[in-house]
Amino acid sequence: MVKPPESTIGRMTISPAAPAPVRAGTATHCPYCALQCGMNVAAGAAGAAGAAGAVEDTGAAGTVGETAETTVTITPRHDVPANAGGLCQKGWTAGELLGRDRRLTTPLVDGRPATWDEALDTVAARIRAVRAEHGPDGVAVFGGGGLTNEKAYQLGKFARVVLRTSQIDYNGRFCMSSAAAAANRAFGMDRGLPFPITDLAGADAILVAGGNMAETMPPFVRHLTAMRERGGRLIVIDPRATATARRADLHLQPVPGTDLALAMGLLHIVIAEGHLDEAYVAARTTGFERVSASAAAWWPERVERITGVPVARMRQAAAILGDARRAMILTGRGAEQHAKGTDTVSAFINLALALGLPGREGSGYGCVTGQGNGQGGREHGQKADQLPGYRRIDDPAARAHVAAVWGVDPGELPGPGRSAYELLDALGTAAGPRALLLFGSNPVISAPDAGRVAERLASLDLLVVSDFVLSETAAMADVVLPSTQWAEEDGTMTNLEGRVLLRRRAVAPPPGVRGDLEILRGLAARLRGPEGFPAEPREVFDELRRASAGGIADYSGITYERIAAETGVFWPCPDTGHPGTPRPFLDRFATPDGRARFTPVEHRPPEEDVDDDHPLYLTTGRVLAHYQSGAQTRRIAALNEAAPELFVELHPDLAERLEVEPGGRVRVVGRRGTAEAVARISPAIRPDTVFMPFHWAGANLLTNPALDPVSRMPEFKVCAVRLERAA
Amino acid sequence: MTRLVVVGNGMAGARLVSEVRARDPHIRITVFGAETGRPYNRALLSNVLAGTMTPGQVRMLDAEWYADHAVTALPGVEVTAIDREAQEVLTACGRREPYDVLVLATGSEAVVPPLPGAERAVAFRTMGDCEAILAAAGTARRAVVVGGGLLGVEAARGLAGRGLPVTLLHLAGHLMERQLDAEAGLVLGESLAGLGVEIRTGVTVREILDDGVRLAAGTGTAPGTAGAAASPSGTGESGAGESGAVGEEVVEADLVVLACGVRPVTRLARDAGLAVARGIVVDDEMRTGDPSVFAIGECAEHDGVVYGLVAPAWEQAAVVADLVTATDKTARYRGSRLVTRLKARGVELAAMGETHLTEDEAEIVRFSHRARGAYRKLVIRDGRLVGAILLGETPAVGTVTRLFDHGGPLPADRAGLLFPGLAGGAAADSPVRMPDAARVCQCNNVTKGQIRSCWESGARDVAAVAAATRATTGCGSCRDAVEGIVGWLCEQEGIPV
Repeated sequence: MVKPPESTIGRMTISPAAPAPVRAGTATHCPYCALQCGMNVAAGAAGAAGAAGAVEDTGAAGTVGETAETTVTITPRHDVPANAGGLCQKGWTAGELLGRDRRLTTPLVDGRPATWDEALDTVAARIRAVRAEHGPDGVAVFGGGGLTNEKAYQLGKFARVVLRTSQIDYNGRFCMSSAAAAANRAFGMDRGLPFPITDLAGADAILVAGGNMAETMPPFVRHLTAMRERGGRLIVIDPRATATARRADLHLQPVPGTDLALAMGLLHIVIAEGHLDEAYVAARTTGFERVSASAAAWWPERVERITGVPVARMRQAAAILGDARRAMILTGRGAEQHAKGTDTVSAFINLALALGLPGREGSGYGCVTGQGNGQGGREHGQKADQLPGYRRIDDPAARAHVAAVWGVDPGELPGPGRSAYELLDALGTAAGPRALLLFGSNPVISAPDAGRVAERLASLDLLVVSDFVLSETAAMADVVLPSTQWAEEDGTMTNLEGRVLLRRRAVAPPPGVRGDLEILRGLAARLRGPEGFPAEPREVFDELRRASAGGIADYSGITYERIAAETGVFWPCPDTGHPGTPRPFLDRFATPDGRARFTPVEHRPPEEDVDDDHPLYLTTGRVLAHYQSGAQTRRIAALNEAAPELFVELHPDLAERLEVEPGGRVRVVGRRGTAEAVARISPAIRPDTVFMPFHWAGANLLTNPALDPVSRMPEFKVCAVRLERAA
Repeated sequence: MTRLVVVGNGMAGARLVSEVRARDPHIRITVFGAETGRPYNRALLSNVLAGTMTPGQVRMLDAEWYADHAVTALPGVEVTAIDREAQEVLTACGRREPYDVLVLATGSEAVVPPLPGAERAVAFRTMGDCEAILAAAGTARRAVVVGGGLLGVEAARGLAGRGLPVTLLHLAGHLMERQLDAEAGLVLGESLAGLGVEIRTGVTVREILDDGVRLAAGTGTAPGTAGAAASPSGTGESGAGESGAVGEEVVEADLVVLACGVRPVTRLARDAGLAVARGIVVDDEMRTGDPSVFAIGECAEHDGVVYGLVAPAWEQAAVVADLVTATDKTARYRGSRLVTRLKARGVELAAMGETHLTEDEAEIVRFSHRARGAYRKLVIRDGRLVGAILLGETPAVGTVTRLFDHGGPLPADRAGLLFPGLAGGAAADSPVRMPDAARVCQCNNVTKGQIRSCWESGARDVAAVAAATRATTGCGSCRDAVEGIVGWLCEQEGIPV
């Protein structure tokens, strides 16, 4: 008789014998990243689910988190193409945050528990006071890329209709905004991947510029692996030999902040070596001449000197892409989170266009969206310059359409407001907002120059935070509103493919918490009247469909029923009889003339270059076990065990010079702040660069809030620092 | 409104114009160019010669750009004089163009040595030269390139790549002697020989004939053995003609290309009374003695140095653009570090800094492997990289160039710099030999020890291990490793898998 195997995944026992059949639970999606892995969440009596073990062929059964009376079991879904049966540790353990432990369950007013009526009355009264003194723009709203489409939509509507403030933006500005801006100017539409994720496996070559999916969305790698097993080749551009780069056939390791030059160099070689798809360029694009002329100035030897990438490797990369029958170029935050992020993405799009990739089945350019609803979150009006349906707030026709759906006069809608960092930076200043309502974000950890942001938040007359855990930002709030999360509520999410998915309520929320829609309804009722602010997600979604109708991101043909029946629907989907649009650019691009546009761009150095005082580049990113600011994942034991603390990755040469031992404490000194971290010594990083993950307080005390002129993306990915041994 | 006049529309002038326009949309700009066509990228002419780029691909700014950016471009209009008193330039056609700021970017011209018959040869400097060479190469049977500096090597390699037998004649004892030490020059010559370029060093050219080049008697080395072996059309059929004086040798060729260096074009400045040494003398603002007149690029001499590469010219253009538009009044040019990067298909060469220092003067790290065309040398002083030669393909080139450019401290292990792979740490060990603490499944944080204890509890295949540990359920990449560990454990215990 063998004893049951020791579980590495929490309180769970399994039998090595065939698992007993178990109720699959509710078919839904993961709470974390934009891959939105399909998972079944089963809530059952504690004993039953605990012993239940597994469903489906991996046999693995997931986290056992206890809600009020039930135990939650998570298993991966096989019918969702994005993960096809895979889950990373974050997904498996996601259930641990359900239930009462570590949750907020009571509103807090000025640090003291309060009833909901007291809390909402307080918020409404203080908002009125701020508005009376400072006008509508005295109150600001900050949203998040993790919010469902319904919440993002309702938040935008609440800001414009109830608060009548122009001051609304969201943390998605820190994620995909550069890629979005570049895709809009090239294709007239920004849909992260304009093709199903399953197309990846059929490609002959994929170039990933600044993405580390093996850590940020591990099941994504299954698609890359399938491609490579077919003989396709993977090229990764990253200053670090990341887990993803190590799986690549070719790794280009540029100096941080030089991706744009590298893309120009690749374009130069593609043109020089005859890989230009002239027929495609002639038939489907405009503007090649000028871009070609600017690429002429980026001969590979010049690019090598700027990027540190050997000419021979650039030539290899160009040849792999040029020889591929089907190829894709994907960008991630590494290319995008720069003060020249938009131009950098444009440079990669120019490369893709020269190769004739976008709008061709099996090929293309795509942005690998990061946050759970990073795609949907940027489409429905929580962005400073946008209205639902990916409409521009300064477009009179868009204003008229949306105002009609909202039953208001178009003239009442405010204009564009400040972008995310500019908004945070203005808080509490003479010209800036005095009150902030914050949903689904933790900027004290996640914003650049976070020390400055914390100082601005502290200067507010009123900070209201809705969250389900007491995040670092919630801890600063005057009023904290405990909300439901993920598996406790219904809603739609739009994943990295532009596929609209249904997240479904699988467990009962703990007593005392309310959904964000209900919170907004409660505030609307106190400030203006509850009309137009239903708390039921499906009702909000139906209104969103009408508001998005005719827009670029047209959801009007998408229903909850269709999503459930079809395992997601690709937008645009203009009517219920429309099949949705997996590949929107096959016939024409969404530009007025139907052609994709080459955009001339020029490389420029990082906003903050190294000098004698700060001789090293700092770049930031993620680790597998944590998500975003870590507000969720740092509260889960298994994830904390996997990645317990802030570290700084440095090259052995640098460590030797500074006499730093593995695990030793190091002070990272920048121009805006200082952070202490544990040294992790690795040859995977360039000797002139150090890396810090941003899931803990620290990295963003150092990052540079210099903004991209188009996307207003901060320069998270490169600033100058020095390292000192800590005492 | 400031009136900016730029004389010269080559690499420096064209760059300056676009840099100024990027900073200031209003300033009035007039640019004169000696050549009639669109400005082109001279650094890439070797590629045009080699046939790896078309002339169209090396053009920089098009007519439309000038129109869109309100820049008056006057290609082919020669400026003949500067009237500094009146602040005007005069053209050959009698035009007087007033300026507030004048930038001279007149570049340099090819040196044509005073040889009898020099008019029979073609220099290699301009797009026009390039086109002439290509036209001749179409019918030529043999070519000679005179001058084994950077440009001569590129030209010879380019012509050989077109299938033309080429002999490269060089006065000095080894190729690219300004950038390379003798051994590197030798290895480079051998690499070129392998690509069909016959190398003759230490030779003096006496005369250029209709059918070849006459060498001075008794000069030069015989073609290297490697060259002779790899070049089937070597000296045997092409070589020593007997038509000249006794002891003199004629190298046959119906195309002779001169790559004998360049000299700065300074006449305008000199005539206008500006200080000229080798080039037009400028200060750290790239200003001549006349505060309204700047000079940049190959015609300028800064701190005693005339730069012949693109990078310094562009750095100078940026400084002048900053000053002229008042974008950054503190902008100064402080000299450039020079990295020479050969553009010759099949030969990777980067050379930088003080490559000629000896062991007495500096710390030298050297690796040589002639059979593979590899030669690598680092020159280190005070712990900083002050020079390097990297011949033959190596990924080290990116890091070494950055260290040279930025003067960063070097690792104690110098060899790791030359062989980046060695410093990269051992490859992942086989899953069987890895310690129990090693993480096998990254996505779900599963160690080998956990898989072992799971196996000991009865899990006998990947599915059972996955059920217990979730290993393999993330990205799926560790499946083989888990299979290997389970199989090995079964084997050890004699359990059939």
